[in-house]
Amino acid sequence: MRAFILAWALLVSSASYAVIEVREFDDPDKQALYEELIDELRCLVCQNQNLAASNADLAKDLRRQAHEMIQQGAGKDEVIDYMVDRYGDFVLYRPPFKPTTLLLWVGPALFLAIGLVVVVIVSRRRAANEEALSDDERREARRLLGD
Amino acid sequence: MKPGKLKFWLPAGLFVILAAVLAIGLTLDPRRVPSPLVDKPAPSFQLARLWEPDTQFSTEDMRGKVWVLNVWASWCVGCREEHEVLQQLANENLAPIVGLNYKDKPENARQWLNDLGNFFELSVMDRDGRVGIDWGVYGVPETFIIDRQGIIRYKHIGPVDYPALTQTLIPKIKSLVEES
Repeated sequence: MRAFILAWALLVSSASYAVIEVREFDDPDKQALYEELIDELRCLVCQNQNLAASNADLAKDLRRQAHEMIQQGAGKDEVIDYMVDRYGDFVLYRPPFKPTTLLLWVGPALFLAIGLVVVVIVSRRRAANEEALSDDERREARRLLGD
Repeated sequence: MKPGKLKFWLPAGLFVILAAVLAIGLTLDPRRVPSPLVDKPAPSFQLARLWEPDTQFSTEDMRGKVWVLNVWASWCVGCREEHEVLQQLANENLAPIVGLNYKDKPENARQWLNDLGNFFELSVMDRDGRVGIDWGVYGVPETFIIDRQGIIRYKHIGPVDYPALTQTLIPKIKSLVEES
């Protein structure tokens, strides 16, 4: 089990941090913030990768930007606002909840609800059909089953 | 309606709706991310000019004018593609086109302009891409239209083609020039 966890950790870490350069921070908290941010911010060139995983030129520049801002004492919101002001909500892997992103957030729950309704209807109908055997049919069924 | 019919038409109908939604999705370009900078003040910058590196250009110099900022680079294939289209725009003499030479080597950039023709009013060098980030640039070429008050009024992402030029860019610039 331990070996499995270790293997998994190695797999995950190499997937997210394989390509990027090392950045020095004067404070481990800043380092942690930096890693959290580049994990949550999207690279706009290779749109299914975050900044941490992308080796696109733009991702490199945006990492540099984040690094500089954090080194100068910027907080999480400051860096995020900076990116959103320039690149829009799309730069966030966790977009804010607002009218334009309503479907994105509510959609999955909506589909789950539709699915549940369908399941309930189908199973009710099935239950109703099961009781619909007449006495003759029941006798016939028993005969066929060899009772 | 007989229940059997519903059993056939309901999934068929759902399939058609799903197919239509996905078909619309296929025609959209995921690279076109709406820019939050449209209708906001253009980020100011001051950069050295490509041909006169000792001279600086500042966005302040364009105050009171309608102008176009085109982000380009010699390594950018789409820029080559749109070059003759923008040449056409320059020929119309509606507004000065300023080139933001993005993450490029100056010698390559000058060579590129010598080969293809230089319609830019002037180009400036953004060698490390910082001004690009400030303008929310994520794919070259990109073209911005800025009004007299220094507000970004339109952004075109990717190479400008003739339909975009005649149907969108030129009318937009004309209306801004007429605006006081």
